[in-house]
Amino acid sequence: MDLWNIFDTEWIPVGTWVESALQWVVVNFRFIFQAIKVPFDLVLTALEDGLTQAPDLLVLAIIILIAWQAGGRKLGLIAAACMTAIGLMGAWEESMTTLSIVLTCVVFCSLIGIPLGVIAAKRDRFWMVLQPLLDLMQTIPSFVYLVPIVMLFSIGNVSGVIVTFIYALPPVVRLTNLGIRQVRPDMVEAARAFGASNRQTLYKVELPLAMPTIMAGVNQTIMMALSMVVVSSMISVTGLGQMVLRGIGRLDMGLATVGGLGIVFLAIVIDRVSQSFGTSSRARNHQKWYETGPVGAVRTLVRK
Amino acid sequence: MSEAQIECRDLWKIYGKRSDEAMKAVLTEGLSKDEVRDRFGCVLGVRNASFSVSKGEIFCIMGLSGSGKSTLVRHVNRLIEPTSGEIHVAGRRVDTMAEDALRQLRAETIGMVFQHMALWPHRTLGENVGFGLEVRGVALPERRKSAEAALAAMELSGWIDHYPDQLSGGMQQRVGLARALAADPEILLMDEPFSALDPLIRRQLQDQFLNLSTHMDKTTLFITHDLDEAIRMGDHIAIMNDGEIVQIGTPEEIVTNPVDDYVADFVKGISRVSLVRAETIMEPMNGRAHTPKHVRTDAELGEIIDNFMDDQSPVTVVDPEKAPVGLITIKAALTALRG
Repeated sequence: MDLWNIFDTEWIPVGTWVESALQWVVVNFRFIFQAIKVPFDLVLTALEDGLTQAPDLLVLAIIILIAWQAGGRKLGLIAAACMTAIGLMGAWEESMTTLSIVLTCVVFCSLIGIPLGVIAAKRDRFWMVLQPLLDLMQTIPSFVYLVPIVMLFSIGNVSGVIVTFIYALPPVVRLTNLGIRQVRPDMVEAARAFGASNRQTLYKVELPLAMPTIMAGVNQTIMMALSMVVVSSMISVTGLGQMVLRGIGRLDMGLATVGGLGIVFLAIVIDRVSQSFGTSSRARNHQKWYETGPVGAVRTLVRK
Repeated sequence: MSEAQIECRDLWKIYGKRSDEAMKAVLTEGLSKDEVRDRFGCVLGVRNASFSVSKGEIFCIMGLSGSGKSTLVRHVNRLIEPTSGEIHVAGRRVDTMAEDALRQLRAETIGMVFQHMALWPHRTLGENVGFGLEVRGVALPERRKSAEAALAAMELSGWIDHYPDQLSGGMQQRVGLARALAADPEILLMDEPFSALDPLIRRQLQDQFLNLSTHMDKTTLFITHDLDEAIRMGDHIAIMNDGEIVQIGTPEEIVTNPVDDYVADFVKGISRVSLVRAETIMEPMNGRAHTPKHVRTDAELGEIIDNFMDDQSPVTVVDPEKAPVGLITIKAALTALRG
């Protein structure tokens, strides 16, 4: 053996280990991963069916109304412009698929991420364990886990949601943790002093006060999910990402541009709307949400 | 004196991971605050505090920041767990109480007011004031009714649907008081409630609170770093230094008879005119003839000095039966004034 070039030999066969471990998991535990898919599948199918099968103009109108409600008339106009542009470019169907994937991902990231963040804020040790895990989820190149995800969950939109979920989960956990920790200690103490239990303190004081920060986390999660759209199309996820990927593959600049622009417009709308959900009613002069926007307009009309 | 409404016995609080070890060492070796910190890495918050507050009185705990007064008061509703010692509130033992009973005690028997108001900004005044009832599961109409009543008592009627940030500082602290009073608790804990307010508003609120407390017969534990305030408000005052209660007494006892240099330093600047009473400074008659001028035993120093304005001969002190019990010379009066 040539001692001077010992690294010519592979001493620690990490690759082989991982492969055989994965094989073992696939053979013995695939049913678990198939079961995990079920809730993702249910939500995704419902959203996708709703968004793609409903008349385009109805969906457009609903999106504009939601934007108007969340961020006022100006945001309504922005949403109208962006979504109409997507539609006119011929990317409507694809953008609805992408939107449903992103929304499904956000639903699950919030459902799992917010409780994780709350627990992390309460228990330092848990947070210490969680932190490197989140770092790993955010930094490990998504290509690395595309392969095992395909082997465990197979290809398709649901697997796309799961890949996106892994990548997009960290911000909502981090910012929930931060938001809860940043609640003024005397606010929490006051709640306890008036006899609130831990649960009551959490729901009535800590979560509402941390809500702007948590919503910033949800917003970040949405943005991360959108940035995964093209990558996940490699495991045959349909939608705008697939347009871009196909465009690259066929050197079809036009198709790639339409897909890219579609992602940008969709991102603008989702970003603004989700940011507007985050502003507290305090920042809006204590107007309740139902006192503004289209709902407010309808309410005043009905009162008359 | 009537029964004790709040009583703390031999209360200790040591912060830190090794507080139990530190506690034992303190008891056996009598370590100082610094020694506890150096040997165990623990902070001594409260050192062997015992006091009792009778029903209906205002008991002030006075000390500089870091003296442990806020820590001490938080033991009464167990926002802070004692390391050792006993706490009795309204005839019930608090330090061993189960979680659920404790929450009920906090919601129904003890109201608390905080230095920085600690009103919840996302809740209306009504929701802030009704919080204690809300967590006990009281229905909304009833909550609103008590919130309205409590706000009205604080002259804040009509603000019930507004939010805390729409109010001035003084008004916010009145909401804090209303919140503490909403469940009609027997006991009020007030942690430097007026310290963050400007002097005029502070004075107004002190008066308003004194006025209220004479009507409502609440037992109040009042924390302050301001001796003037303690003297104005308190029936009794406890002075704290470095986690220890150094002296407990009526305002007059504290001012006229400070137990050590630390307390003496505090009371130096305090006006004695309305604190010192005739019986404290009179000399025995010792057969001397009583003079035509006389004051009652509970006459304040100001009144005694008035008697020396035209005529500087001694003043006789008489008991309620008009029998002479002592004499005050002008020298004694002036000495008492100087302190």
